Amino acid sequence: MAGSSKQTLKLNLKIWRQEGPNEKGHFMEHKAEDISPDMSFLEMIDVVNQQLIKKGERPIEFDHDCREGICGMCSMVINGNPHGPEKATTTCQLHMRKFKDGDSIVIEPFRAKAFPVVRDLVVDRSSFDRVIESGGYISVNTGNAQDANTLPVRKENADLAFEAATCIGCGACVAACKNASASLFVSAKLAHLNLLPQGQVEAEDRVLNMVAQMDEEGFGACTNTGACSAACPKEIKLENIAKMNSSYAKAKMKSRS
Amino acid sequence: MSNRMSYFCSTIGRKQLIGLTGIGLSLFVLTHMLGNLLIFVGPEAYNKYSHALVSNPAIYIAEAGLLLIFVVHLLLASFINLKNRFSRPQKYAVASSGPKKTTWIQKTLWHQGIIILVFLILHLITFKFGTEYLVAYDGKEIRDIFILVRMAFEDPKYVIWYIFSLIILGLHLHHGLASSIKTLGFNHPKYEPKVNCIAKAYAWTVSIGFITQPLYFYFFYKG
Ligand code: FES
Repeated sequence: MAGSSKQTLKLNLKIWRQEGPNEKGHFMEHKAEDISPDMSFLEMIDVVNQQLIKKGERPIEFDHDCREGICGMCSMVINGNPHGPEKATTTCQLHMRKFKDGDSIVIEPFRAKAFPVVRDLVVDRSSFDRVIESGGYISVNTGNAQDANTLPVRKENADLAFEAATCIGCGACVAACKNASASLFVSAKLAHLNLLPQGQVEAEDRVLNMVAQMDEEGFGACTNTGACSAACPKEIKLENIAKMNSSYAKAKMKSRS
Repeated sequence: MSNRMSYFCSTIGRKQLIGLTGIGLSLFVLTHMLGNLLIFVGPEAYNKYSHALVSNPAIYIAEAGLLLIFVVHLLLASFINLKNRFSRPQKYAVASSGPKKTTWIQKTLWHQGIIILVFLILHLITFKFGTEYLVAYDGKEIRDIFILVRMAFEDPKYVIWYIFSLIILGLHLHHGLASSIKTLGFNHPKYEPKVNCIAKAYAWTVSIGFITQPLYFYFFYKG
């Protein structure tokens, strides 16, 4: 490969290994050699896994799918930071050139009661799916595809809704939050739907149901530290949470049940 | 359906009550601090102000209200703190760093609250329920709270503990106040930086205002 003749990296890895959800986990130490700085973080783990397989050991399990920063699967905490040290970057988009030869890297799964570990670095994030099922959709009939611009949407709202809609549901906000709160995720989904005219009809039920489901899943409370937004690969803004808080209080006040 | 969950049982509802009561308590500490500044005017002004407060019959209602606000704040915060711990049963081996990190001020909000609680109890024992010295102004005897304050701040241990606790109060308000405002639903990109600034200035005005008292007595006051 042209331009990739840079020297390779040697890394001291400490990776979380756990056989199953109820098993006790531990850190495995591994010296990774010949790591190209051009690799992504996941490709680095692929290389490590090849080495483990050759040695007859069980490879490290981790979630991934698109490897281009859009699916939100690649959940892991790298040296204490969800998705690693870079801002606005998913693990799959993190490159090994961000690390130095001889670096020690500790890799842990996302840790939250609502994200139980399945195996190694794989966690079960179906709690997010259940939050979506509780109201993260529009069920009123919005008709057929319309001609462009027949449905007026205020430009600012369209932009804010679009920004919120870039949430890929990776769960880094929960992983980063000291309280394992899902507020950033839930508030992004609420902003995405509630700011648009199609979302209005169900807006109040949506916030009531999604917040209730968020609580039921065992996520913690928001203390507005902003760590979620800083860890978010899509840089979802903290202000969405305040919006959720006020619309929740208003909806509760109006609710007749 | 789960949306029948009561507001007071929801995490957001509870956080909002913690925020509201917190803002109430913030207003109280500000007025308390401003009242204390009368110490610089002199013993008479200070004692008369204190007498005017405690001799007003409305004081019982005010005290009961304050106690209620305090208890609600404390209990809900403790409950939420416990819930938060359950939300992450297994801690990370490595703490976050760089732009993704959480400051220790934010992480220790509850611990700060506990120190403030201990301080408050000792504070009430020392002053409110402390020795009743009397002083007469214009032939009328009232409590001499000034002398009690002066005596308390003669002890360097008490001075250090007082200053430490008030710095903790400053830290608590430093994050707590700005966060409460967001919890109550106000976070507008246009005003947020200013609101944050004002909240932090408020926190440290209160803290430093209180701290001037022991410093004054210990270092500058000459009976
Ligand atoms: S694997 Fe899809 S976002 Fe990283």
